[in-house]
Amino acid sequence: MIHVKNLVKTFGNFTAVDDVSFDVAAGEIFAFLGPNGAGKTTTIKMLTTLLHPTSGTIRLDGLDPRTHQNEVRKRFGIVFQDPSLDGDLTAWENMEIHGVLYHVPHKLRHQRAEELLKLFELWDRRGDQVKKFSGGMKRRLEIARGFLHTPKILFLDEPTLGLDPQSRNQLWNHVRRVNESEGVTVFLTTHYMDEADRVAHRIGVIDHGKLVAQGTPKEIKEQTSTATLEEAFLALTGSTIRDESAGSADAMRQFAKMWSGGKR
Amino acid sequence: MSAIYILWLRELKRYTRSRSQMVASLGQPLLYLLALGFGLGPVFQRAGYGSYIQLLAPGVIGMSVLFSSIFSGLGLLWDRQFGFLKETLVAPVPRLQIMIGRTLGGATVAVIQGMLVFIISCIAGFRPANWLLVPVAVAFMIAIAVVFAALGVAIGSSIQDMQGFQLIMNFMVMPIFFLSGALFPLAGHGMILTVITRLDPLSYGIDGIRAVLLQSSQFQPAFAVSTSAIVLAAVGSTLLVIGAWRFSKIEI
Repeated sequence: MIHVKNLVKTFGNFTAVDDVSFDVAAGEIFAFLGPNGAGKTTTIKMLTTLLHPTSGTIRLDGLDPRTHQNEVRKRFGIVFQDPSLDGDLTAWENMEIHGVLYHVPHKLRHQRAEELLKLFELWDRRGDQVKKFSGGMKRRLEIARGFLHTPKILFLDEPTLGLDPQSRNQLWNHVRRVNESEGVTVFLTTHYMDEADRVAHRIGVIDHGKLVAQGTPKEIKEQTSTATLEEAFLALTGSTIRDESAGSADAMRQFAKMWSGGKR
Repeated sequence: MSAIYILWLRELKRYTRSRSQMVASLGQPLLYLLALGFGLGPVFQRAGYGSYIQLLAPGVIGMSVLFSSIFSGLGLLWDRQFGFLKETLVAPVPRLQIMIGRTLGGATVAVIQGMLVFIISCIAGFRPANWLLVPVAVAFMIAIAVVFAALGVAIGSSIQDMQGFQLIMNFMVMPIFFLSGALFPLAGHGMILTVITRLDPLSYGIDGIRAVLLQSSQFQPAFAVSTSAIVLAAVGSTLLVIGAWRFSKIEI
């Protein structure tokens, strides 16, 4: 379903993704793990048509995201790592825009939006502007929105960041459910190794832009002769702490915070 | 089509919901009308040009349409930083439709803003010579709005952050406003100023509004109404194409 070969992305003289190759089969749950700044999000951006690769091949359901942008976009859904909601609109309106953009028929759209908002316990707040939501609620809304249409491939970029254990549980159960009942292929990243261990069929570990290990959770543990995936991960990527440079986005958020009296 | 509609609707909802922004954006034109209109009015009258508020009101209307439409285009910057842009860019909708939805939404908001300023001007003492021609003036507002909403999208797609925004504000938006003849008559200047004002698309918009709203005894338009309309249409369609092209190239 996802085929990546010799993928490279450079920004100036910095190589974010360095000769990465992997395959994800249809109906598989694939976890893409790596320390901060390892190249996970950059890879997802290339897979989802937001960035053009410097070189290498990508095929999603047999299609090249560079040449068949719209066809590819019809096939996936994504929950981004950073917020992508419109804070001035209500929860319901955010769902509605998403449904319209993804061509979900009117009746089905409302029915599914209601189900999902109830599932993620946002139904009572559907008429409130999203900027009044807490961090966890925003996160839940993003996730609910990602499930509004039924894609062939679902990208989840650190979906559980900032979620309480209840919502986290709810999320993974739902991911498993759509994976099993509707055969959705799932490509996820997370920093919680126990989650990856529990949910993923296969795992890829990326560090400094290079794929350093690939296989089922069990294989990876055996490869590194460790007992848990966390230990395996540390054995593969070392224990130095990485820094991601603060981009202009962070600077802007800081700026906005200053002006909106810390409401955002 | 439904994608264009929903994104257009989004711009409108955002406008009607941010009351503080609405009040703030009406405050500035009001200040210009009152301070300049009444402050310079007597001098203008003594110089033999007639009522300054009559000349100023179309200029201030043009100004508010300019600011409002160009900012809506630059709103792309905010959407980029706060993430909503990504949501629209990965959707299975041609980017052209997304760009059109946003631009039309921004232009609609700008025209509403322009009409509110028109009403305020009437309260401040502005009187159109012929009320039946007001719809033609509104058509000029629409043209100005589309031109600068498209320009805003083109710029918003090309720059990344707030520093760029300040630069655009100081070296582009303010000159477009001040050199458009919004505050002074276009006739009787030296060569350089004449050339510059003729290069500014807003000049044609404001001159067009003046030509249809003011009595010919009070005001001699610098361009024929048809010339203004053609220039705005040509600049508008060019900028729409450039905007669509820049927008299609956005990478995040």
